Amino acid sequence: MTELLDPTTSSLLRFATVGSVDDGKSTLIGRLLVDTKQLFDDQLDAVTEASIRRGTGEVDLSFVTDGLRAEREQGITIDVAYRYASTPTRKFVIADCPGHVQYTRNMATGASTADLALVVIDAQSGLKEQTRRHCCIAALLGVSEFVVCVNKMDLISWDEQAFRTIASDVAAFTAHLGVRSTTVIPISALLGDNVAERSSASPWYDGPTVLEALEGATAGNWAGAGLHRTSGRLPVQWVIRQVGERRSYAGMVTGAPLSKGQEVVVLPLGQRTTITKIETYDGELETAEPGISVAVHLEGDFDVTRGECIASVDSPPTVTSTLETTVCWFGAQPLRVGDRLRIKHTTQTTLARVTAVDAVVDINSLTLTPATELVENQIGVVHLQTAAPLAVDPYAANRMTGSFVLIDERDHATVAAGLVGLPQILA
Amino acid sequence: MTAQETTVHRPKDTHGVHHLDLLESQAIFILREVAAECERPVLLFSGGKDSAVLLHLAVKAFRPAGFPFPMMHVDTGHNFPEVLAFRDHMVEVLGERLIVASVQESIDRGRVVDPGENGSRNRLQTTTLLDAITEHKFDAAFGGARRDEDKARAKERVLSFRDAFGQWEPRKQRPELWHLYQGKVLPGEHLRAFPLSDWTELDVWQYIAREGIELPSIYYAHERDVVERDGMLLAVSEFVHPREGETVQRLSVRFRTVGDATLTGAVRSTATTVEAVIAEVAGSTVSERGATRGDDKFSETAMEDRKREGYF
Repeated sequence: MTELLDPTTSSLLRFATVGSVDDGKSTLIGRLLVDTKQLFDDQLDAVTEASIRRGTGEVDLSFVTDGLRAEREQGITIDVAYRYASTPTRKFVIADCPGHVQYTRNMATGASTADLALVVIDAQSGLKEQTRRHCCIAALLGVSEFVVCVNKMDLISWDEQAFRTIASDVAAFTAHLGVRSTTVIPISALLGDNVAERSSASPWYDGPTVLEALEGATAGNWAGAGLHRTSGRLPVQWVIRQVGERRSYAGMVTGAPLSKGQEVVVLPLGQRTTITKIETYDGELETAEPGISVAVHLEGDFDVTRGECIASVDSPPTVTSTLETTVCWFGAQPLRVGDRLRIKHTTQTTLARVTAVDAVVDINSLTLTPATELVENQIGVVHLQTAAPLAVDPYAANRMTGSFVLIDERDHATVAAGLVGLPQILA
Repeated sequence: MTAQETTVHRPKDTHGVHHLDLLESQAIFILREVAAECERPVLLFSGGKDSAVLLHLAVKAFRPAGFPFPMMHVDTGHNFPEVLAFRDHMVEVLGERLIVASVQESIDRGRVVDPGENGSRNRLQTTTLLDAITEHKFDAAFGGARRDEDKARAKERVLSFRDAFGQWEPRKQRPELWHLYQGKVLPGEHLRAFPLSDWTELDVWQYIAREGIELPSIYYAHERDVVERDGMLLAVSEFVHPREGETVQRLSVRFRTVGDATLTGAVRSTATTVEAVIAEVAGSTVSERGATRGDDKFSETAMEDRKREGYF
């Protein structure tokens, strides 16, 4: 009972499924949720009923996450489904992502907040181009821990040699991507082998099951800290005005903690000041941890507005209006030099012009190829000139201050995900 | 063959931050971001537990100043009196502005047809809601919906785009990366914003316990006259009369969700405290909406179909 009231002990892991269409990502998530008893009776009944009605067998496990009418009709995942699970040792936020190239933007949505990629590969076909693309995007987005499931092992009679071949291909590829940790597991999502329970079909494999690998993974809090910390930053979201008091500046701390009495700089102008008070509705804090929303008071009478950044004087972000970036382009029309777009970076929105398209990433060789435009779902190196200066960090150092989106001015559609700096995986 | 040698099992660590604190901070971040990005937001308040939590988070996001948006209740006219009393009590305590958008008025104005005494007004709410959004020129509406409630909601963005007809098109959702919530829409279009997207039912109850959040009394066990209909226990009231063959029973029950009184079922319960409710929720074998919502039982994709039309 005390545990239920005070769930401090469970650490949260956010992970996203990654891989090509039809390799079994949704089935694996369905299997994992069923075997760890995360589904309610009525939800399982509804999946069973839908499976029988659509003639896809007794229980089509992909229906656990493929909840849209069109997804069930076509047997594919169109958009990310978020599911929540908990085991005695940890809580999980699962983003089950689409594998189809047409829905790469949705895959990137799911992976942008993940700490771990659960990669699924069909044992019959090995590493496909689409799997490479999605692994590449996940690695670019800073996901540094991969659990790779070689699925449908039952269809190749649990051939150990075939598994070894795929495992070494994958290991070479993810090492090239700069992935810190890769675990490769032979599974059958459909039958449940090595998912939540160890399979007797693979006596030659003594590594972790999928569940064990997920329970043993490093926990995240991507928004707050990320893997390579910067010093503390607070992009200002909202100015709180109080009668008889100075204004306070609300936002979420990122990079490293900010403390009362700390010397800070307000960017882009660069005024130096001190944090005199850190407030939450529940009272004052001496120190605010990354990922926590607070309101800070500053010494002196500044006019700080939304979009500005309060940062530690010790290695603050760089203020610039010319950016070298890595862009994943989602627009139907190609991105070209001279294009004008809106850019949203932290809490600031301004205009940006494309001054150069340098290169596009070749997904198979992981090299840069000279280019003059980016077409839909391509990743490339793009230079931007912004109308207002931005306080940026390299994405590899901070996922919050190193990321941006590009927006079409005409219909306000989000057309690109951007990372400050060159792609780390190619460095 | 073992897993690759590169695998290192490090100690678990969420950097010392409680997961309820992370959920709270994220929700506050979303509330502030939408308030800053949108011209005319509104906070939808049903009087249910999720909207009570949302209101609590809005207090944390904007106090000591007032809310930068009004509250709005879409009133089906089929209310539990305890919930209406709670709504009015909260408005008075907070001193914020409440707009009531009435389904009865939509019926009286001929916008929708009265489904009759025993009919549900659930689906009619969509018209009332969209009319109110148009009338007040709202470009964003905060709701307390969570992704763990339903398979269609599991697919929805935190900031969910609605076209000029109020419709949700699940195949054309905007990419939503990191915390870069992008709230611009063309005139006539709007957004739904869901700060509780990543919360589960258990998270909500643990947060209610931790924060001491006030709820309508019907969320805790009490004695009530109910009839069993379509596998649900419906409270006998001015809107729900026993039909032929139905027996009125007096049971100890509580509500897991609060919606239109003609469609919201009670569950058998003796949980009179928040701690007892948490124990029940943690041990439940039936989902929150599965146990209590007739509106989700019309078809395989009942929620998706309603959401496409502009439902909450």
